[in-house]
Amino acid sequence: MAETLRGLGVSPGRAAGRVYRMAGPPLLPAPAQAVDAEPALSEALSALRATAAELAARAEKAPDTTSREILEAQSFIADDPGLHESVEENIGAGMDAAHAIDAACAHHRRALLEAGGYFAERAADLDDIRNRAVAVVLGLPMPGVPDPGHPFILVADDLAPADTVNLDPSVVLALLTEKGGPTSHTAILARARGLPAVVACRGVIGVGDGTWVSVDGARGEVETGIGEEAAAEIQRQASADRRRSATSRGPGRTSDDHPVKLLLNIGSVDDLGPAVTGSPSGEGPAGVDAEGVGLFRTEFLFLDRREAPGYEEQVAAYEAVFRAAPGGHVVIRTLDAGTDKPLPFLGLPEEPNPALGIRGLRVSRVRPEVLDTQLDAIAEAARAAGAQPWVMAPMVTTVSEAADFAGRARARGITHVGAMVEVPAAALRAGRLLNELDFLSIGTNDLSQYTFASDRQHGELADLLDPWQAALLQLIADCAAAGQAAGKPVGVCGEAAADPLLATVLVGLGVTSLSMSAPSIAPVRDSLAAHSLARCRDNARVALGADDPLQARKLVLPD
Amino acid sequence: MPERTVVIASSSGLHARPAKIFVQAAAKQGIPIRIRVGDGKSVPANSMLAVLALGAVRGTEVTLNAEGPGADEALAALAELLSRDLDAEETVDG
Repeated sequence: MAETLRGLGVSPGRAAGRVYRMAGPPLLPAPAQAVDAEPALSEALSALRATAAELAARAEKAPDTTSREILEAQSFIADDPGLHESVEENIGAGMDAAHAIDAACAHHRRALLEAGGYFAERAADLDDIRNRAVAVVLGLPMPGVPDPGHPFILVADDLAPADTVNLDPSVVLALLTEKGGPTSHTAILARARGLPAVVACRGVIGVGDGTWVSVDGARGEVETGIGEEAAAEIQRQASADRRRSATSRGPGRTSDDHPVKLLLNIGSVDDLGPAVTGSPSGEGPAGVDAEGVGLFRTEFLFLDRREAPGYEEQVAAYEAVFRAAPGGHVVIRTLDAGTDKPLPFLGLPEEPNPALGIRGLRVSRVRPEVLDTQLDAIAEAARAAGAQPWVMAPMVTTVSEAADFAGRARARGITHVGAMVEVPAAALRAGRLLNELDFLSIGTNDLSQYTFASDRQHGELADLLDPWQAALLQLIADCAAAGQAAGKPVGVCGEAAADPLLATVLVGLGVTSLSMSAPSIAPVRDSLAAHSLARCRDNARVALGADDPLQARKLVLPD
Repeated sequence: MPERTVVIASSSGLHARPAKIFVQAAAKQGIPIRIRVGDGKSVPANSMLAVLALGAVRGTEVTLNAEGPGADEALAALAELLSRDLDAEETVDG
């Protein structure tokens, strides 16, 4: 009965509970021949009405105003007379109910995309309505996060941002995915919410709904078929661990007092509330004691607000972060959008290979005014807040790009200018980049993707994207050495920084700061405090010498 | 046919909450109301999808038309709605 499944532990912590699986979008069968129009129409319209009713019911239960209004609007769209009219036309043209709904949603989706701007962002609503209504017609399980009515462990093939936007951490105990890698969305989300997670866990999708399992997010182990009492005991221990962690304080230091700045990755000022108030409530990110913001991702601000960025809005948003940041220290990253993370207002054409196309700083080649406006707004916000933000650009590849960016930033009075190191070309020339710049920040997720020629979201390639890969660590070591030679800071702000054991390796390589989401700060602080700098350097040497990531972890793991 | 032209005042344009308020109000009038931007194609004002696809932002001039009993009153009420900043009212409510 009991069985242990193994995958990659991407977010530490233990949990136990019953698993429920998330269904994927329904697939359309072959189109039906000779459709009887009248029953097909009533079937299609009643599926859309049922979808509208289900969304309205979910809206009533929504935890906050924003998600309630999004669900209400979706419910409204499912009942839209224009949508119903298109369905009727499609059935008149001989389609069956499922295909008529699919085609009608596709038609209106295109119209919204053509309207552009934040109207285009409503297109995703139609995808959700399409999936739900088609599932009703075909009698398939409703796609989306399950709602068994009690806390549970969520199992999925893989998780996309849209699946998890309303994920309630008080109900979801842990995340388990069949696919996904250490830098997948699931891993990032799990760390941000402090949820234990195991990805690339072969066979987990086959575990039946309602089965009791225990999860060890550090070791990447899932034990199935445990008893309800054992589960309750594990949950008790896990919440005691979380309480202990939430009360840890102070700057990052090794056991022999070598300082390592522990910083926060944030998307907006909202992510700073608990860190600043410093009122430990025992659970979650409340009371996290960080030394500043190591990565302020400005694009998340624009996505959340579903609006094109105006100068004054930007000034207000940046000023709020500069004022609220612990110690006033903020590293702000200029807009990291592009064809892989499309923002409709940029109007970038589709590309066959977006990860290798116009993204990050490269957007400035075709739309230089977007970066200029953003730098103006950062400079104005810094003046207003009396702050000295560190400003860095994403996807810097060459020394001349770094020099151009630094020139534009300094012309506006910005004194600390840096670059993200995400492209191997930049890591290989780290010393030359530092002739132009004041600091570097290594984005390990993209640096892995580009060094190992492996898509960040590719579940089959999870082992190549493992941040314990020695080639990645070698590039980090080279950047850190360049920083030490120049006397300039080199930090890590990718997900690698959030792994408590890998953090000791990074410090041993010479990294000066680690930036992560709030729930990871305490475990990383505890891990550094338990290692001397000499031990960190030993760990770094061992990890660099290992031939594969699993071996590296084993050799470094404390006994 | 009675027509009214009005400039969108809501800061997010005819999108999100303002669009919902407008479409619900149009549906309640009991007569068919249509809306267009400039000389563009007019679309039914009771369709959220059609109204969103207009892409009307703050400052866009839209024209409403209606036919039937009470058309003038219906248009006056809807034009008044569009000339208010419904997003600002959201903040007050909120």
